[in-house]
Amino acid sequence: MTWAVESQRKNYGKALVELGRTRKDIVVLDADLSGSTRTVEFAKAYPERFFNCGIAEQNMMGTAAGLALGGMTVFASTFAVFATGRAYDQVRQSIAYPDLNVKIVASHAGITVGMDGASHQTMEDIALMNAIPNMTVIVPADGPQTYRAVLAVAERPGPAYIRMGRSDVPVITSDKDEFVVGKASVMVDGSDIALVGTGQMVVPCLEAAEMLKQKGISARVINLSTIKPLDTATLIKAARECGAVVTAEEHNIVSGVGTLVAAALAESYPVPMQRVGMQDIFGQSGESDELMKEYGMGTKDVAAAAIKVMERKK
Amino acid sequence: MNFPEQKGVHELEAKANLLRRHVIRMIHAAGSGHPGGSLSAADIVTALFFKVMDHSPENVDSVDRDHFILSKGHAAPIYYAALAECGYFPVDELVTLRKLHSRLQGHPSRVKTKGVEMSTGSLGQGLSAANGLALALRMKGLDRRVYCLCGDGEMAEGQIWEAAMFASHYHLDNVICIVDRNGLQIDGRTEDVMSLEPLGDKWQAFGWNVLYMNGNDIGQVLDTLKAAKAHRGSPTVIVAKTVKGKGVSFMENNVGFHGKAPNDKEFEQAMKELGGSV
Repeated sequence: MTWAVESQRKNYGKALVELGRTRKDIVVLDADLSGSTRTVEFAKAYPERFFNCGIAEQNMMGTAAGLALGGMTVFASTFAVFATGRAYDQVRQSIAYPDLNVKIVASHAGITVGMDGASHQTMEDIALMNAIPNMTVIVPADGPQTYRAVLAVAERPGPAYIRMGRSDVPVITSDKDEFVVGKASVMVDGSDIALVGTGQMVVPCLEAAEMLKQKGISARVINLSTIKPLDTATLIKAARECGAVVTAEEHNIVSGVGTLVAAALAESYPVPMQRVGMQDIFGQSGESDELMKEYGMGTKDVAAAAIKVMERKK
Repeated sequence: MNFPEQKGVHELEAKANLLRRHVIRMIHAAGSGHPGGSLSAADIVTALFFKVMDHSPENVDSVDRDHFILSKGHAAPIYYAALAECGYFPVDELVTLRKLHSRLQGHPSRVKTKGVEMSTGSLGQGLSAANGLALALRMKGLDRRVYCLCGDGEMAEGQIWEAAMFASHYHLDNVICIVDRNGLQIDGRTEDVMSLEPLGDKWQAFGWNVLYMNGNDIGQVLDTLKAAKAHRGSPTVIVAKTVKGKGVSFMENNVGFHGKAPNDKEFEQAMKELGGSV
C-alpha cells in the first residue's frame, strides 16, 4: 500500500495559525523547541501571542495555567518526553486539578524519534496523561487528523494532551473526515479479527489487514485516536463481531492503550487479546523504521499477533 | 474602585487578630492543618484582602480585578479566613475545614472554593501561574496586579527560579511576589535545611525589584505594598521577615507547629492570647 506522507507537526503549526487568525484568545508557549514542534509558525504570524519559555518545561506548564486563569486558550508545546515527564507534577497540579483550558501538544513521541535514543523516546506519556482526571488524551494517526484534532480541542474547554511523532507519516485520513473527540473510526470493516491501532500504528494495522486478507482472514481496522474518553462502544462492538482483538501502539504495553482496551473489554465483553507495542524495555538509537522492526512494532508483528490470538478464539 | 473595606492600621491589626482566631479555631476543629505559616502570613493577607487589593465576591469570575495566588498552599486556613470575612462564603463554614464534602480542602482548590483563584499545594508552582495571569492581564490591557504569596521553604524548588527568570525576561511589573520569610520549614531552620541567604540578592540577580519589610507590621506592609505597586519595568519581590506562629506565644518560632493542630488546652490558651473567647 502506498500513501503520500506528511508531517503531523507541520499540520499542528498550520492549525495554530488558522486558530490564531479567528480567535484572539489563542496563546502559544514553547520551551526552546518551536522549530521542531512548529509552533514557530504561530510565533511568526502572531508574535505578540507567542512566548518562548526557554528550557524550563515546568514553568511553561504553570505559566500556561496562569494564562488560562486570565481567560486565554493556551497551547503549550515541547517534546512529549519533557511535556509529560519533566513537567508531570505541573500538569497534574496546575492544569488538570484546577481544570484549566490548556492544550498540551507534544511532538517527538515514541520510539520513532529515532537517533536521539532512549532518553528522548517516551513510551510512558499516554499512561501518564491518561491517569490524570479531567485530561482528554488524543493520539492522531496522521497529519490531517492532527490538524482536525487541534481545531477540535480548541473548541472544548479544559485540559487536553495531543501526542505527535517526529517522522512524516502516511496520510490515511481524509480532509472530509470529521474529527470527533471520543470517537474511534472503523477504517476497514472485517469480521474475523479487530486490529485496533493508535497513532502511527494504524498504518501497520492497515497493511497487516491486507496481508491477512491474502490468507482469507477478514480484519477490521480501527483508528483509536482518542484514548480518553475511550470509545468503548466501538471497541465492544468490534469484540462482539470479531471475537478477538489486537492492539497496536508505539508505547509501553504496560499501562498503555492495549491495557486500557483490555480493561474496557474485560468489564463488558472479554475476548482473546494480544498487545503489540514496546515490551517494557527502553529503546536505543537507530532509524525509526529499523527501531519499529527491532522492537516488534512492524506490519508483520501485527499480522503475527492477529494469527496468534485467533488461535485462542472459541 | 471596589475596595471591600477601607481600614486604618489599628482596624487592620484587629482584623488580622480575628483572622488568626479563625485559623486556630479551624485547625483545632479539623484536628490537623498548618497553623505556623498561616499565623506568620496573617498580617500580609489582611493588608492585601482588606486594604490593598481591589476585589469582591461579586466580581470573582472577572479577570478585571486584582488577583491573589497562595503559592504556599498549606497556609489555606488564613486564606479561607480572609475570604470568609470578605463575604465569599459564610464565616460559619470555616470550621468545616478538611472535613468530607467541605468546600474547604486541606490545600486551596479553585474548583471547590469561591474566591480561590488557583489550586495550589505542590510547592513552587504559584509564581508560574501568577506570571501567566499577569501576561494575560497585560495582553488584555488591564492595569491590575497579581499578588503571589510564597513560603521561604519553597524557594528551594527549581521552578521558582524558572518563574523568576520568566517574569524578569518579560518585564512583568504587574507581578508582586511576597516571600513569607519566617525562617522555618518542616525539618527545621531554612538555613540548616537548605540555605537561602542572601535571598534578596538572588532575586536581584534575577532582575527583580527587591523590597524588604517586617511582614508582621501592618503599617510597614501597607507602605511596602504601595511602593511595589508603584514600581514599573520589572517584577517586584518583597522579602517579608515574619515570625512563624505569630500571635500565639507557644507557637512562635516553634517548628513543631508547622503542621500540627493545637489540643484542647492549647486551643484555649491560643484563643485567650489572641483576645478571643473559646
